[in-house]
This record gives sequence, C-alpha cells and structure tokens, in this order.
Amino acid sequence: MSESASATAVTALEAPARLARRRPSFRAVFGLTVLLIMSGAAVLAPQIAPWDPARQMLMKRLRPPAWEARGLREHPLGTDHLGRDILSRIVHGGRISLGVGLSAVTLSALIGVSLGLLAGFHGGRTDAVVMRVADVFLAIPYILLAMGVVFALGPSLLNVILVMAVTRWVQFARIVRADVLSIREREFVSGARARGNRSLRLLLRHVLPNALTPIIVVATLELAFMIIYESALSFLGLGVQPPTPTWGWMLADGRNYLATAWWLATFPGLAIMLTVLAVNLLGDWLRDTLDPRLKV
Amino acid sequence: MLAYLGRRLLQSVFVLLGVSVIVFGLLHLTGDPTRLLLPLEAREEDVRQLRALLGLDDPLWMQYARFLSRAVRGDFGLSFKHQVPALTLIAQTLPATLQLTAAGLALALLVAVPAGILAALRRNSLLDAICSVGVLIGQAMPVYWLGLLLIMVFAVGLGWFPAAGRDGLSSLVLPATALGAFSMARIARMARSGMLEVLAQDYVRTARAAGVRAFVVTYKYALKNAAIPLVTIVGLEFGILLGGAVITETIFAWPGVGRLAVDAIFSRDYPLVQAIVAMLATLFVLINLVMDLIYTYLDPRIVFVRRAR
Repeated sequence: MSESASATAVTALEAPARLARRRPSFRAVFGLTVLLIMSGAAVLAPQIAPWDPARQMLMKRLRPPAWEARGLREHPLGTDHLGRDILSRIVHGGRISLGVGLSAVTLSALIGVSLGLLAGFHGGRTDAVVMRVADVFLAIPYILLAMGVVFALGPSLLNVILVMAVTRWVQFARIVRADVLSIREREFVSGARARGNRSLRLLLRHVLPNALTPIIVVATLELAFMIIYESALSFLGLGVQPPTPTWGWMLADGRNYLATAWWLATFPGLAIMLTVLAVNLLGDWLRDTLDPRLKV
Repeated sequence: MLAYLGRRLLQSVFVLLGVSVIVFGLLHLTGDPTRLLLPLEAREEDVRQLRALLGLDDPLWMQYARFLSRAVRGDFGLSFKHQVPALTLIAQTLPATLQLTAAGLALALLVAVPAGILAALRRNSLLDAICSVGVLIGQAMPVYWLGLLLIMVFAVGLGWFPAAGRDGLSSLVLPATALGAFSMARIARMARSGMLEVLAQDYVRTARAAGVRAFVVTYKYALKNAAIPLVTIVGLEFGILLGGAVITETIFAWPGVGRLAVDAIFSRDYPLVQAIVAMLATLFVLINLVMDLIYTYLDPRIVFVRRAR
C-alpha cells in the first residue's frame, strides 16, 4: 500500500460533499438499487415473502419455476425437495447473509482498525508485533480455521460472526496502519500533541477521522467478501443451522438435484452473486470517488 | 541484500511460530480437548486415561513445547480415523491439491494477463467493456456456485467432462476453472490497471517521442515494468487458491488435502486438522518468501524502501 495515498484522499468531513458533487456512474446506481432491493426484501421478509420459508408441502415437491411446464403460479421460482417455496426462502435467507455479513464486517473493522491505529501510531515494537500477527492470520487458510473453530464451539449465529471477524481483521489493520504512518507526521497531529492532547484523544479525535475514507471503502468491499464467506460456511454445513434458511444451505441442498432440478442450485447462487456484485460496484464507486489511489 | 534476506527469513520463522500457537490452540479451544477427542458417551475413567496419555495434566506451556518440538520434526501424531501418521496422509493427497491449484493459477494467468493488457491498450473499446463485465462477474461469483453450475452444464447437461473424481486431464478442467475464475478476475483487473499506470509514465512517453516503435514500447518497455507487481500477486493468489481448493475439492470429490481436511473436521480427527492447517500455512509462507526474493531481484529498489521504513 502506498503511503502517499492519503495525499489525494478526502477526509471524512469532506466525504459527503464529494459524494454528492460527483454524479454517480451507471454502475453505482445499479449497485445501489440492487442492494436496496435486497436489503429491503431482507428486512421486510416476514411481510412480503409469499410463504412461510419452513413450510413443507410434500404434494408440491420439486416443482420448477412458474414459467416451466410443470410450474405453479403460486411458486414463481419453484419448490425444493421438501416442497418449500424457493422465493420465500431466498427472501428470508437474505436476512442471514446481509445480517451476518454486516455484523462480521463491523466487528472485524473494530478489531482491525484498533490494531492498525495502535501499530501505525506507536510504531516500533508494537508495530512489528501487530504486523507479524497479521502475517500469521494471512498465512493460515482462513476457511479451514473457521471450520475447525465453528465445529469445536458449535455453529451458532454468534460463533459464525465471531470467527468470520477474527479471521478477516487483517485487511483493516493493514490499510489503517499505512495511513496512520503518514498522518502522524502531519502538522496538525504534532500541533494537537503540543497542545497537550493525550494519546487516546489524539488518536480518536485527530488521527482516526483522517483515516476514515479508506476504512469505509475497505468495509464495503469486505462486506461482499463476508457474504461469500458466510454462504461458504453454510454450504459446508458449518453456518447458521436449519431450519433458518440460508443461501449457502440452499445451494448445498441443490447439489443433490443438479441433474433433475436445476432451479434448486441456481436461484440461491444468483441471489449471492447479485448481492455481492451490487456491494462490489458500490465499493468501487466509493473508492474511485473518495480515494482513487487506494489499491484494494 | 544479505541483511534483508536474513530479516525476511526471521520474519517467516516468527510467522510459523504464530501459526503453531493457533494450531495448538485449536485443540484446546473448548477447554478440555478430551471431550473433542472421545465420543460423547465415553466413561469418566477413559477420559482420565486419555488425559494422562496425552499429557493434558501438564502446564499448558509444557504441552505447547512438546507439540512444537514434535511438529518441527513433522510429527503431528496419528490420525484418529485412519490410524496412520497425519503427515503420511498429507503427503498422499498434497500432489492432487498442488496439481489443481497450479492448474487453476495457470489458467487464471493465461487468460487474465493477456486480457488485462489488451483491455489497457484498447481502453474503452468493446474488448475493454467485455473484460470489465467479466471481471465484475468473476469477482462476485462464489466458487461453490460456479462449481455447481459447471457440473450442471458441462457434466450433467453436455457430458463433456466428468462431474467428480480425479481421472486424467479431462477431470481437471472443471475444478480448475471453478477454482481459477476468481483469481482470473483479480489478476485481469491488476494487469489492466498496472499496464495503464505504466503507459502513463514519462519514460514511455519519452520513448514514443524519441521515435521508438510502438510495438517495442508496449511489449518491451511497458510490459516488463507492468509485470513486477504481478509477481507478488501470484504469491498471494496461490494462498487464496489453496484456501479455495478446500471448497472446490469438496464439490468435485477431488482427492486432495482440502477434501481430507473437511473430512477430518467432520470426523473430529484433530491431529489431522492440525497437521493440514500447519502444512498449508507453511506452504503459503514459503511461497511468499520465494516470491518476495524474486520481486527483490526484479526491482532492487524495494530493499531500500523497506529498510527506510
């Protein structure tokens, strides 16, 4: 990461103005729209889902989407092997994907930003230790670590979020550290220090706000990653447990029907891809607008 | 240069020590590892016996020291399920994983580098647009879903390739594609932006102004410099691919380390899980060490920049 990145980046205070001034690209608008629809559907799932996602209707097992010959109009995206409505399950699954994703990103940002601030600001031994620990977490195959931990502790919602956060804080720590290294050399920091500000206050009031834009960009791109990550754990059977519908779990179910019922494995995957695509588009736009030199 | 090499080696050792702490901790996560190791209905007496056998009544640091001294010699103990040394099982399955990972990476590089460079050279052309849509989709497509789609279309539907197993080159095509797609997108993006950056440099403009032929400027001057950051990417990407192999191997029933690991986790085969995590992390550290050295060779400035920090 180039340490001069912050030279052209905007501070947190200027960010809203910069975002408002710049006309959003088609990609950004598309991303935002898809994301709003997805999160709206997730929040309102109990109200808008046509069926109870756990309701099994064995007479209507493995019905294809409505437009196919055997499809039923009341199940637009078809039903699964237990006769559950796929559209309702996708709408409800969004709650887990987005909810877990957001929580995990928030938590991992909290860990990573704190450690990054510490490392960049204090330098020396603190910096060396934090960065080596970061290297350790980069070296370990995170999905295996997460699987091992979740399996040992039990696959609860909280454990899944914790494990995801603990295995992904490094991104935040690295970017914040690099930024703080250059921020701490600027005049306003030594000025604030000369006025007798103590370290913690200095960090929170003066250094952190100036490192905020890259954090926002990384957080957005990490959200996309976390959504894929959560579904991967679910897919492998170590995410949030049934009967709560999750996209990853639906894909795992669909795996057994690849030859006979293509819609089982197609629509949940499409939901994941669209959501991730939307978040990525938004993240790219934020980066290009707020901090064009950031390479993440 | 030698000092840099020494420091870099020391760093790697430190990282591996850290890995060993985490791997050791994995077994002690729930407090009492015997509960992980024995079936739920085990008698109190069996629990006590196993504790004594594993030395679990010793202080934690002593247990760690013992674990480390064995691990350094490649001894992670017997796999519970298979009753053979964990390392033997890894040695048997690692070639399949390396084959898959290398194929995925090769595929990614072969497609992504030319695509990214062409997209940069013909900026804003139709080709560039197609590339960037491909990059966006590639980065949003989870490997497990792509894998399922590939099986559905090319194995079940068209019957061109086998859906599972490892049997000759044709069985490698689908898993390598699924695994490599994400890296392909990232590398293409890097190659494009790297090439654009180099093309905007003064020496490229100067060379053009001095009448050096466009072909030479592009393929000799610019390409060489755009290649440098790609070298480090390849190292990191290899690590990501090793992680992705866990899922890919599960989907395609590819007999590699990843599938072995998933299997070990579900059968509570903790020595095997520890050994696999440690081996994959070591592999990652070594590859990145080598990549760093190549990088330093290609761009000697890096040593001084890092020393200055």
